[in-house]
Amino acid sequence: MKVFVPCDMAALSVGADAVARAISEQVAARRLDVTVVRNGSRGMFWLEPLVEVETAKGRVAYGPVTAESVQGLFDAGFLEGKAHTLCLGPTEEIPYLKKQERLTFARCGIVDPLSLSDYVSRDGYKGLQRALTMTPEALVEEVTQSGLRGRGGAGFPTGIKWKTVLHAAADQKYIVCNADEGDSGTYADRMIMEGDPFVLIEGMTIAGFAVGATSGYIYLRSEYPHAFKTLKRAIAIAYEKGYLGADVAGSGKHFDLDVRLGAGAYICGEETSLLESLEGKRGQIRPKPPLPAIEGLFGKPTVVNNVISLATVPIILDKGADFYKDFGMGRSRGTLTIQLAGNIKYGGLVEKAFGITLREAIYDFGGGTHSGRSFRAVQVGGPLGAYFPESLLDTPLDYEAFAAKKGLVGHGGIVVFDDTVDLARQARFAMEFCAIESCGKCTPCRIGSTRGVEVIDRIIANQDRMKNLEVLDDLCELMLDGSLCALGGLTPYPVLSAVQHFPEDFDKPAVPPPPAQMAPKGQESSSWR
Amino acid sequence: MQPWDTDRASSLIQELQQLPGALLPILHALQDEFGYVDQTAVPLIAEALNISKAEVHGVISFYHDFRHELPGRHILKMCRAESCQSMGCDRVIEHVEKRLGAKLGETTADGSFTLDAVYCLGNCALSPAVLLDGKPYGRVSAQVADFLIDDVRRRA
Repeated sequence: MKVFVPCDMAALSVGADAVARAISEQVAARRLDVTVVRNGSRGMFWLEPLVEVETAKGRVAYGPVTAESVQGLFDAGFLEGKAHTLCLGPTEEIPYLKKQERLTFARCGIVDPLSLSDYVSRDGYKGLQRALTMTPEALVEEVTQSGLRGRGGAGFPTGIKWKTVLHAAADQKYIVCNADEGDSGTYADRMIMEGDPFVLIEGMTIAGFAVGATSGYIYLRSEYPHAFKTLKRAIAIAYEKGYLGADVAGSGKHFDLDVRLGAGAYICGEETSLLESLEGKRGQIRPKPPLPAIEGLFGKPTVVNNVISLATVPIILDKGADFYKDFGMGRSRGTLTIQLAGNIKYGGLVEKAFGITLREAIYDFGGGTHSGRSFRAVQVGGPLGAYFPESLLDTPLDYEAFAAKKGLVGHGGIVVFDDTVDLARQARFAMEFCAIESCGKCTPCRIGSTRGVEVIDRIIANQDRMKNLEVLDDLCELMLDGSLCALGGLTPYPVLSAVQHFPEDFDKPAVPPPPAQMAPKGQESSSWR
Repeated sequence: MQPWDTDRASSLIQELQQLPGALLPILHALQDEFGYVDQTAVPLIAEALNISKAEVHGVISFYHDFRHELPGRHILKMCRAESCQSMGCDRVIEHVEKRLGAKLGETTADGSFTLDAVYCLGNCALSPAVLLDGKPYGRVSAQVADFLIDDVRRRA
């Protein structure tokens, strides 16, 4: 008999380890034959720690479970799936999950992340098996036909990127996974790496075969120590069982994989900065061209893809491009892994075909604000995404629909704010964040962001407010057009959207500027900041 | 955490120097072992990787993670990104700063705590989020923060 207690970092943050310990103690005291499995999270975080019991009728969920409630659960007969105030019924029937279309996250929260047999028994490595029967050209074509676009935020067609690398002649090529998930409000990459790491390993292996790369790196942010441990162990298991190394799955083909840690720099989520960092340098961006697909890691042709893009490749190969393409709207094909975050009642992961509206995501799934106060603003797509008001909530989650409203879908993070938010403060923070995280390579971003903070401080302090709003507009235009990468180039999105949609927040009685700027840690000596 | 030891540092560097792009793995290994990257490591690394001391220094100072001096006995990383802002992290941070008498980026006078700002811990459905000595906590109100600090002090 099995009991499942998530080892996902978010579940741990609300006491999952203590719950697992309490369950093991009860099992020992009652001399029961029960195995406690540490699974990933189902992604319903308001219910964490969500404990599941395997019964004859399928898995039954209980949550949120505390260590103190464990004894009562045993007394109530939760091992047989019996009633209890925390009982949520069969897990798969919980509406939040039932309404989703889980393709990339098909196994996450269900399997033991480090059990290769769990993985294989639930369609794992089926994509690779099919890939091994195909030519590299056919593989790239399949991914192109699926319509998969980069899930890191830019939405560039994955197949086109792969094609460029396939046709670049070189003695060595690389697959690099961008796991520097730095956007606030996002955690899908973390969840899949902690909950189903083999799907990422399989996706990267397929990518390697498709473009002729024999070596891969996962560049993981250091804020994810749990994902790091899980990936390290999963990679070791894959080597041990012959799914990585000189003879992948007996095919005679070679693919090596390693995971490397970043060091707390948001900019390293930009692909060229990431490559510099992997090479052991300052994470400063490279001008493009040359594209990483031509000259990437160590100067060699390199595929750089986001975790979710790569983790979606196995199901595309397994079920076929047509199956995947059937989901979605317009040019946004397949599913989006929406992450509901911030001031929201039911925060969690929602994998749905592209096309549901923001309102459906926030209200039908999210249940409105956590505080119970009224909704005021939502930021979609991380710190570089626009702030949308109520009137834009009917925008469908689709790359083009968002672009038309001067917003971005990005990595699918949705951060909700209630009516206590001050959008002038949020605009200021956008500039401050850009100043803290700027790599310093280009002037609009490096200097512009600091000037941006100052200008917004003057606006808040009501010093020449109209004049300074014009300066801010000019500055944003300059950063948009003149920055080398998306950090400086998109910081104007949250700033301008705040001004456009919430002008009343820039027209309040004066507030004097704060006494001193916070010096970014470790950067005190860098005069350009 | 071990006190700084040049011989031990040299052997850590030697273990990793053959890796492609070895500098970040080396710096992480040193910081994991000693809690920070001592200035004396700079020439050692430069020689091992055949790069200039300036390049090593440039990399150490670029990344927010790498410390130049020994941190407090406990490290409290508090997220101040948008998702946590929407749930009032600024008030929690202010409370903790007052209580400990140290600002984000500083270490308390008694060396017990180092406070760090982080921008997203990937726990955004349970904001505000913190990481205390590598352990994650979600829904951290001022009271929860007090409890965590008291708990650490009690165990000390």
